[in-house]
Amino acid sequence: MSIASPQRPHSHILEATHVRHSKSSRPVLEFLSHYVFSKDHKVIGLQFLFSTLLWFLIGGLLALAVRWQVAWPWSDVPVLGKLFEQQGGQMAPEFYTMLFTMHATVMIFLVIIPILAGAFGNFLIPLMIGADDMAFPTLNMLSYWFMWPAFIAFGSSFFVEGGAASSGWTSYPTLSTNVAASPGSGMGQTLWLLGLTFVGVSSMLGSVNYMTTIILMRAPGMTMFRLPMTIWAMFITAILQAFALPVLTAAGFMQLADRLIGTGFFSPEGNIVNNTLTSTGGGQPLLWQHLFWFYSHPAVYIMTLPAMGMVSDILTCFSRKPLFGYRPMVYSMAGISGLGFIVWGHHMFISGMNPALGTTFMVSTMLIALPSAVKTFNWLGTMWGGKLQFTTPMLFAISFVSMFIIGGLSGIFMAATPVDIFIHDTYFIVAHFHYVLFASTAMCVWGAIYFWFPKMFGRTMNEFWGKVHFFLTFIFLNGTFFTMHILGAVGFPRRLADAYHYETFHHLQPLNAFMTWCAIGMVACQIIFAINFFWSIFFGPVAGRNPWNANGLEWTTPSPPGHGNFDFQPIVHRGPYEYSVPGCEKDFLMQTDPPRVLPAVTH
Amino acid sequence: MGRFWSLIFLAVPVLGVGTFAVAPFFNIWLPADVSEHGRSVDSLFMFILWLTGAVFVITELLLFWFMWKYDSTKSKTPAKYVHGNHALEVVWTILPAATLLFLAIYQMNTWADIKMRRPVMAPTVEVVGRQFEWRLRYPGRDGSLGTPDDLFLVNDLHVPVDEDILIQLKTMDVLHSFFLPNLRIKQDAVPGMKIPVWFKALETGEFDIVCAELCGWGHYKMKGRITIESRADFDAWLEKKYALQEQTAPPPEETDTAGL
Repeated sequence: MSIASPQRPHSHILEATHVRHSKSSRPVLEFLSHYVFSKDHKVIGLQFLFSTLLWFLIGGLLALAVRWQVAWPWSDVPVLGKLFEQQGGQMAPEFYTMLFTMHATVMIFLVIIPILAGAFGNFLIPLMIGADDMAFPTLNMLSYWFMWPAFIAFGSSFFVEGGAASSGWTSYPTLSTNVAASPGSGMGQTLWLLGLTFVGVSSMLGSVNYMTTIILMRAPGMTMFRLPMTIWAMFITAILQAFALPVLTAAGFMQLADRLIGTGFFSPEGNIVNNTLTSTGGGQPLLWQHLFWFYSHPAVYIMTLPAMGMVSDILTCFSRKPLFGYRPMVYSMAGISGLGFIVWGHHMFISGMNPALGTTFMVSTMLIALPSAVKTFNWLGTMWGGKLQFTTPMLFAISFVSMFIIGGLSGIFMAATPVDIFIHDTYFIVAHFHYVLFASTAMCVWGAIYFWFPKMFGRTMNEFWGKVHFFLTFIFLNGTFFTMHILGAVGFPRRLADAYHYETFHHLQPLNAFMTWCAIGMVACQIIFAINFFWSIFFGPVAGRNPWNANGLEWTTPSPPGHGNFDFQPIVHRGPYEYSVPGCEKDFLMQTDPPRVLPAVTH
Repeated sequence: MGRFWSLIFLAVPVLGVGTFAVAPFFNIWLPADVSEHGRSVDSLFMFILWLTGAVFVITELLLFWFMWKYDSTKSKTPAKYVHGNHALEVVWTILPAATLLFLAIYQMNTWADIKMRRPVMAPTVEVVGRQFEWRLRYPGRDGSLGTPDDLFLVNDLHVPVDEDILIQLKTMDVLHSFFLPNLRIKQDAVPGMKIPVWFKALETGEFDIVCAELCGWGHYKMKGRITIESRADFDAWLEKKYALQEQTAPPPEETDTAGL
């Protein structure tokens, strides 16, 4: 009944073992080809992981600088103050706009998307489907190395004249297309567009690889409906990427052309910016918004679906119970990705787009809440009647469910067009997407790191410090982000360097100061994670093949798996969620366990 | 430790609801609404708040209860070996679907009132966004915009109370967003477009005009004021400003550029 379960010869295994134990005559070249320009999906996954974690730190520090200005505008900035000595240590407003633009850019394009698809997708897909590597290892290597031009473009843009891009991560024209509009709209914006293009190339190379690998390289017996949720999520995400990304890439090139060779896609005629008449015209600024959100709305799901998949795997493992509603879970993810293509206009309700079109997008947006609700109910159903083990990854997975409920429900407010008129571009929106992207996805990423760490490095992370890390992060994140809802209810606008000179908002400074203290705490407690992470790589207790008693194929390999992954040919007999099967002596039944360990089946 | 973690997750709905319950007492809540349509926006906000609040509390309490009850160190019963329940799936698909569809249809009328059913009248005033100010242009004595006797002002918008106001919203340079928190109005100004914005204010007073779409380094200071006053006060104010402009009238060429 399988769509494709090709019997592939696993000759790579012998080859790989041979390579591992042989002494090369050229050790430098061997090191380069194995650990730097490696085609091994696990090495590439870890390269993605380390790079994105580093950018996560940079993005977090940018966020702290943003929070400092919001809480105590025009006060002396610690550390960064040295940059502003000419102004007496205060942050300049154009620096502030650059900070939040680059915070969002770094977090979205250099952290969340590549850490989910690049790090976990790469590391987990071949292991979880029983393949020895990706379908196209060279493409896979390129997908990592195409991130580097992006790293360089984004990173260097901080140091060019005018600073990095500062027209928001959405880069709306004509602020972004007109060099005179803002200091960051010079070289910084050009580098931003180049960086975006390279990230796009990297994602595209990854997504064709993931689709091909998942369709063609599953182990014998691994039918589509025996795939772990993580793989389904990566598969659907790859499809989303492949279809949505070309639009963003094209839009990026159009904006580059507007800026560099004088085309007029996004600039209307007679546009006067900063007392300078734009030389070209005839364009339409709303066109950019349509093209941008046609990618960037599906991108929201690209940043959520893989987390949903990984959470499903972690939740079932530590609930010791099969996943509740496997097929509804798959169908709802497919539903999210399908509907995800027809809701982009909800970012544009008040943009000047035809209000009748707004109504259409409102209905589709309301409906996309449905599959997310179905998923939440199924996660609750999975925990119901289980035997919950509160390990660190489990706590992060539960917090995903808990926080995703908040992020999902607050979305309904802005789907309602009349309410969106008031809360659009306020902190209510900021609360909403931080609950989805930070409180849900980033928390899941930590959970996934704790969960698959033994497979990545052969050692387990410290449980006690893991829980301390979870506890502090959980408290501080809610202190930072939950309060943003009520800030948004006042109408407190985002992206303002100082809002307290408005009569409506002048009393909100103490609340913002509280949130900034929580944000500082949230970043500070990541030190615990960093120490635990690096210490455990070298000194953590050695993990066996299957430290969590989980079912997936990845847990049948050595920890960490060698090149070629499996030291035997995995044959899959069942789905990945057969926990607590009655009549079975253990409370888990691995996908490769032959049917005879289940007496009920043999007799 | 299972008990401890359950209680941590119980704190989510408790503190979550608590935050929303306490916030209005600190004036951290919807600002005073002085518009005709604002009450339907606010009641829709409150309706969704109660609805999502109920779902939030129920689901978070279930989560807490499952953590509390099915803690492996406390519970002696083996895990249930179930793969799902068809009837439940149907129920929790249909129920939210019906609720969401209801919400979608329920709000359409308000949206149409605010953004689609535009009053048939000449614009009261033209508002033009420019880095970083709101340029205002009232029709002069001839009552029509775009003629040489128009009145030009910056950041100081006055409108009469209890009357339909139609604003023609434009921008000279980049995107801006015309945000009147107390009138529940927000509309982006887009280069190359003339966008109508209308409302009816029901109370007099002076309120903020905020720019809500990033428009450059000075975005934060693009602040205006709207004064809502009686028809008599408004006419007197208009007359006074007009007289002032007559005294210091700019040459006509400049007038044209400013009103572009």
